[in-house]
Amino acid sequence: MAVIKALVYLLIYPGILFLFVYSTFCEWFDRKLYARLQNRIGPAYTGRNGILQPVADFLKLLFKEDIVPEKADRIIFSSLPVIGLAVVVTVGLYLPLWNVDVSIPSFNSFQGDVIVVLYLLSLPTLIFFLAGWHSTNFFSTLGGVRVLTMLFGYEVPLFLAILSPAIVADSWRLAEISYFYQKFPFLLLFQVTGFFVSVIALQAKLERTPFDIPDAETEIVGGTFTEYSGKKLAFFRLMTDIEMVVGSGLIATVFMAGFSGGIVLGLFKFVLKTLLVIAILSLIRAACSRIRVDQMVVFSWKYLTPLAVLQLLISIVVKGIIQ
Amino acid sequence: MKKITIPIGPQHPALKEPISLRMTIEGEVVKDADVRLGYNHRGLEKLAENKTYIQNIYLMERICGICSHSHTTCYVQAVEKLCGLEVPRRGLYIRMLVCELERIHSHLLWLGVAAHEAGFDSLFMYTWRDREVVMDLLEIISGNRVHYAINTIGGVRRDVNENQKEKILEGIKFLKMRTEYYTNLGTTEPTFVVRITKVGMLPKEKAIALCAVGPTLRASGVASDIRKDDPYAAYSEIPFELCTANTCDVLGRVVVRVKELVESYKIVEYIINNLPQGDIKVRAPRKVQPAEVVSRYEAPRGENIHYVKSNGTDKPERLKVRAPTLANYPATIEMLKNCFVADIPLIFAAIDPCVCCAERFVELKDIRKGTSKVLSMADIRRKYKYNEIKKDFVWPL
Repeated sequence: MAVIKALVYLLIYPGILFLFVYSTFCEWFDRKLYARLQNRIGPAYTGRNGILQPVADFLKLLFKEDIVPEKADRIIFSSLPVIGLAVVVTVGLYLPLWNVDVSIPSFNSFQGDVIVVLYLLSLPTLIFFLAGWHSTNFFSTLGGVRVLTMLFGYEVPLFLAILSPAIVADSWRLAEISYFYQKFPFLLLFQVTGFFVSVIALQAKLERTPFDIPDAETEIVGGTFTEYSGKKLAFFRLMTDIEMVVGSGLIATVFMAGFSGGIVLGLFKFVLKTLLVIAILSLIRAACSRIRVDQMVVFSWKYLTPLAVLQLLISIVVKGIIQ
Repeated sequence: MKKITIPIGPQHPALKEPISLRMTIEGEVVKDADVRLGYNHRGLEKLAENKTYIQNIYLMERICGICSHSHTTCYVQAVEKLCGLEVPRRGLYIRMLVCELERIHSHLLWLGVAAHEAGFDSLFMYTWRDREVVMDLLEIISGNRVHYAINTIGGVRRDVNENQKEKILEGIKFLKMRTEYYTNLGTTEPTFVVRITKVGMLPKEKAIALCAVGPTLRASGVASDIRKDDPYAAYSEIPFELCTANTCDVLGRVVVRVKELVESYKIVEYIINNLPQGDIKVRAPRKVQPAEVVSRYEAPRGENIHYVKSNGTDKPERLKVRAPTLANYPATIEMLKNCFVADIPLIFAAIDPCVCCAERFVELKDIRKGTSKVLSMADIRRKYKYNEIKKDFVWPL
């Protein structure tokens, strides 16, 4: 029984199947909202209100011609999209959605899993850099360098902001952090700064406006993905979508008291909370212009990091008071 | 990081038309820039020599898809000067009306493109939606959205009636409201402003020395506008202000264009309220006495110059077009030096480039010797004995 449960967990919910379906839905939601904010109608033809458009895009890309540049390292170039997809799907398994008992640590929930999740979420950035570097194209290389430059900007505030609630909850385990805030929801009020810092850092991690610097279309063509086409590009796009889902899932876990209540209610809460985060991400995307990479790093260290440190101080003070 | 040369164009998402910008970059900083033209040469000037003066109006209209009225007006002004025609005042006013509506449409389009180059797609979508209003107004007046075909030698082809006047005023009222919003947005949205301030600096002295024209020149603090300096049509009768900015950067170019939008609305309202009565055109002769003339016109992008030489027949002997974009290229190279890679599309877009307007000659380069030579269409025909080439070859050769 435990084996079947684990298999269902890996393959169906919240494993690869659920993440595929839900991430395409999230892409549709993001595109539709972004379009409505820009006075467009967005996807409209495939499925009801264009809801199947991301799936159609994915399938179409799968059947497109797949080109590997002559000078590129074939093995690394081809394996990066698959590794990236595997990494972000793995993150999905650590979110305390279902099959998690707070009292008993298991393979998908243990002390320190928040660190593992943050580590796994850093890997896609490195994969983007390697993808750009191994494409041997000026635009890709420039995109790859920008990916790494940005990493130094947003990674520190993201870590500080995500770890602040963990300090108050006195645990490095996602299930325990969300369980703690289910018991004391008012303590979340002290985490508002951290929430916004982490949302902005997530926006930068997902390379969306105003931080879509590594794949700025009008500057460096496709940036990191200039040389990617067909199946590999499809996997990269799916990877970015799933990264958006698990990133907002992580924020929902630590800042919005998680997804308690079993499989049905938990799913409902997960959808609601992640969509809220994604809606904020779309709003930021529609309201901003792209900034330069140097401006992005300055912004991160001048405003984002001090705010994250402030959040850390607030958390320490709050923890001192409640003890 | 070592210096590398990256090609921006002839095919690049930032460029709407083919042109090649070769950037020598070091890390993220541009050290040197080079512009190569000639990807969009269509031989229009040569073609014009084989067509009558009336046919040429429609040919000139097709030089540019955005400032089509600018080229026809500049051309018919030249021909009218050659014939010594006095255009009726109502005709001139309708000509100016279309001219200002075209300026509004061009500047709104530019604002959208600039926002898109800066990655601000929301502003792009909004300005292009509102641009539809002015496109509809142009359609009401002329029947066409892009090539208005309203000019003819000696006046204009269509009159404006009361119903149309009302609709134009309504549209202008809406656009005024929207422009106020864009002025606010373009100068206060922090991520947009931080992208365009101190970018693409062109000091006043450099702007004059490199012969920049239009909003690019005015954004460097030089008060120069053909409508004021050398008034054509009836601009001397119309009260409007000359818009300049002193920041010398892309922000200044945005400010100048947005201010010009507001001035254009005022001019359109003034024209509609003070439209003189009378004829809209006079009859023009088919043949023109031998003479030569230069006509100047303030297009949305800057000064447009047409030179026409007649030889007594119904066809011009020579027609030369100097589009404003060509005049702005030297200044663009100056602006691009020492900028960031991220700013290249913005700086290039800030001159409002219209590549197809500016393509007037072909440069041939000998790769082995490294020499280059500028040839006119006539030279090419002579040199390569175009007429004697056997025409029975099969493509690809």
